[in-house]
Amino acid sequence: MIGSLLAAEFTDTEKWVVNSFWGVIAAVMIVAALRVVTTKNVVHAALWLVVVLAGVATQFIFLGSEFVAVTQVLVYIGAVVVLFLFGVMLTRASMGDDESVAQEKRTMAALVGVLLAVVMAVALVDTYGDDELVIDAPQGVAEVSDSIFSQYIIPFEAVSVLLLAALIGAIVVARKD
Amino acid sequence: MLLNQFLLLAAALFCIGVYGVLVRKNGMLVLMSVELILNAVNINLVAFGALTDDVGGEVFALFTIAVAAAEVGVGLAIVLLMYRNRRSIDLSEADLMKG
Repeated sequence: MIGSLLAAEFTDTEKWVVNSFWGVIAAVMIVAALRVVTTKNVVHAALWLVVVLAGVATQFIFLGSEFVAVTQVLVYIGAVVVLFLFGVMLTRASMGDDESVAQEKRTMAALVGVLLAVVMAVALVDTYGDDELVIDAPQGVAEVSDSIFSQYIIPFEAVSVLLLAALIGAIVVARKD
Repeated sequence: MLLNQFLLLAAALFCIGVYGVLVRKNGMLVLMSVELILNAVNINLVAFGALTDDVGGEVFALFTIAVAAAEVGVGLAIVLLMYRNRRSIDLSEADLMKG
């Protein structure tokens, strides 16, 4: 479907257009992610998170994985963000304000982040250099499901048990006695 | 498209998430930063899956999404419990298990 657009043989101009699209989306994602970690309003942070998650879904489409993209939209934007908004509404948003975080701590955290980014960027550029990603056909849903229900059946069952345990655990932790 | 485009974008998201976890005091915002980190990992998984032309990457990305959903559920329950007990979700006040 959408991903099969990428399967077509691209001329250089078309490649340029796709790459510019990619760049715009990546820039929006970075800005939105920065807003998530810097904005003072918790509800705004949750809404900026929606932008980042939608951007990640488009990245999955660029990579030819429609199924993961759809799951991302359903599970993250549909469920997780709603959970976050509930959490924000059930607790008082102004609590635990970041105003009181010392400037020194902020500087150190920023330093850690930047250093980590530099180390990873150098290692990635050094290792993968100009490796071209050839997406000749999008991964089909049938292929993914075949793989889940044959090769990865044990992890799949483990995830089911984990979800049940998390459900029961969340109820036990959050209920009033 | 280059593989590095996706990996560098994911690295940037990861680092922003790490900064958020370190600097935020509000429990909900720390959980959101953890989501950023997990999403960066998902991009990497799917990109490497596309590189090796293997569905394994996508399958593991799906598992990560499921585990992240469970994490948010339990994390939210803990934040709510903390709010009920202390009237605050400031993580710097959560020092019950401090040695």
